[in-house]
Amino acid sequence: MKILVPVKRVVDYNVKIRIKADQSGVELTNVKMSMNPFDEIAIEEAVRLKEKNIATEVIVVTIGPAIAQDVLRTAMAIGADRGILVTTPLATDLGGLEPLAVAKLLQKLVAKEQPDLVIMGKQSIDDDSNQTGQMLAALLDWPQAAFASKVEKVGDALHVTREIDGGLETVEVATPAIVTTDLRLNTPRYASLPNIMKAKQKPLETIDSATLGVDTTPRLKMTALTDPPKRSGGIKVASVDELIAKLKTEAKVI
Amino acid sequence: MSILIIAEHSDSTARPSTLNAITAATKLGSDISVLVIGKDVSAVADSLSKCAGVAKVVVADKAEFEHQLPENTASFIASFAKSFTHIIAPATAFGKNLLPRVAALLDSQMISDVIEIISADTFKRPVYAGNAIATFQSSDALKLLTIRTTAFDPASTTGGSAAIENADVSSVTAFGKSKFVSAELTKSARPELTAAKVVVSGGRAVGSKENFAIIEKLADKLGAAVGASRAAVDAGYAPNDYQVGQTGKIVAPSLYIAVGISGAIQHLAGMKDSKVIVAINKDPDAPIFQVADYGLVADLFEVLPQLTEKL
Ligand SMILES: Cc1cc2nc3c(=O)[nH]c(=O)nc-3n(C[C@H](O)[C@H](O)[C@H](O)COP(=O)(O)OP(=O)(O)OC[C@H]3O[C@@H](n4cnc5c(N)ncnc54)[C@H](O)[C@@H]3O)c2cc1C
Ligand SMILES: Nc1ncnc2c1ncn2[C@@H]1O[C@H](COP(=O)(O)O)[C@@H](O)[C@H]1O
Repeated sequence: MKILVPVKRVVDYNVKIRIKADQSGVELTNVKMSMNPFDEIAIEEAVRLKEKNIATEVIVVTIGPAIAQDVLRTAMAIGADRGILVTTPLATDLGGLEPLAVAKLLQKLVAKEQPDLVIMGKQSIDDDSNQTGQMLAALLDWPQAAFASKVEKVGDALHVTREIDGGLETVEVATPAIVTTDLRLNTPRYASLPNIMKAKQKPLETIDSATLGVDTTPRLKMTALTDPPKRSGGIKVASVDELIAKLKTEAKVI
Repeated sequence: MSILIIAEHSDSTARPSTLNAITAATKLGSDISVLVIGKDVSAVADSLSKCAGVAKVVVADKAEFEHQLPENTASFIASFAKSFTHIIAPATAFGKNLLPRVAALLDSQMISDVIEIISADTFKRPVYAGNAIATFQSSDALKLLTIRTTAFDPASTTGGSAAIENADVSSVTAFGKSKFVSAELTKSARPELTAAKVVVSGGRAVGSKENFAIIEKLADKLGAAVGASRAAVDAGYAPNDYQVGQTGKIVAPSLYIAVGISGAIQHLAGMKDSKVIVAINKDPDAPIFQVADYGLVADLFEVLPQLTEKL
């Protein structure tokens, strides 16, 4: 089984973002960038399937600027066999390359690479769209198992446990299929130094997105980007009694 | 403007999230249809036909729609929806799973998690874990939106008298490459987390699954729903569907009590629109206090039983 894992380079989850003064976007200069956390989980899952001899090859792909190859190297250090960088002049967050365009580019790569499974993140933590996997499944006419917390091979199919609002749901999908990862699927390993060194030797192919024949013109125009309403900090109470009194007489919520 | 809402339901009843979606639709216009898709869903259609604001309820009832697998429902919705200007679903696990699939089939760039409808083509949504609010203008002819349920009040379940129609589902066939196996739903007599007036959430500091009872006791005293931070869920103290945050559930109750939760941005993203926030944490510098209306610096194991007792 061949697995394709799309990963996105995003602002690190620990960074407190700043909005540019002209509201055109989020300040990215000198900001720490990392692999989207859900995509790390996706890579980890694919590598585990390879270690269990279920997968034969793990290919990692990112769409972004040339520098996004750093997340491909990270993925290869975790255990992906080779990487594909699809370059785009568009920003990969707000108002730039949109999930539908990403899904269409990935559709072209799927046609080229013919994977049996695509594992990807459920959500990128910059624009929080939570769309690309489901869209790719639609374009390919493949089954989808979104928000996975467990993936098991059963015969020729996969049993995927999904995190849903009321609890958990298990679905069976025939391959080829799309799986999107939720937080509980696994805990990604840290890449060891020798593996980081080895990753530098692994094959990395670069494709210009313009050659893939996809119209990536944004459909959405971001007309403003503002701070959320600020909550003014409240007060500290000294005791349980004071807390109850405040909730009853001041806030009137109990 | 002609708006189609995809109802979220459990075969027998509509979920509250559908009522939030109806209110969102009323911001766009009054030509509002609700599509109830599933198997044996007539009771859902009946109840939604009585909701204020709904002009028409369309029922797509077929065995192939049992469990509402998106592979089966999305293509039907895409073919059915072409005459509408907007398709709306709630930004719940249900809507998030389904609507992007529909959008791709219709070649439309959907907009996730809308919190404000400014005009027929312009919408606001939080990005970067709610640390920025973006306004997007769409150029797609058919616009698909998931709406954040906490941003739109539920529509009234009375006062309407919409016509109920059956959709033509004769040509629907099963996708065949996916199948429902089982569901393991969290059983609870407590109110639903996303619709509760009061939420009590526990974090890593609660320490164990057994200790989580201390959170539940306070919740029961207040008639509240129970939530958790990611750390508490990851550690197995609470079920996954209790997670509040950027990548869990979004809540905005009248009262949110955070117990032993530090207040990471990913957690704040899910609760900072609550009306009143109480934080109980033994670290006076915990970031949660920056958003709390009332902070109590204390050991949760000391003060929580007292609080439960005295209420
Ligand atoms: C991609 C991604 C998505 C995420 N999504 C979410 C999400 O949706 N929701 C979410 O919650 N998190 C999410 N997180 C995790 C988030 O970053 C934090 O790690 C998490 O919220 C921390 O949980 P916590 O506050 O319970 O634990 P901690 O940060 O460890 O805080 C525990 C707190 O308890 C206090 N404490 C300790 N002992 C006591 C005591 N006896 N009495 C009182 N207080 C005590 C401590 O002072 C501390 O402030 C996400 C992270 C990533 C990377
Ligand atoms: N530019 C990109 N390059 C590669 N993968 C991407 C890109 N954007 C999104 N993805 C994948 O799609 C998932 C969901 O992203 P989103 O729909 O933007 O929330 C991510 O977790 C990635 O796996």
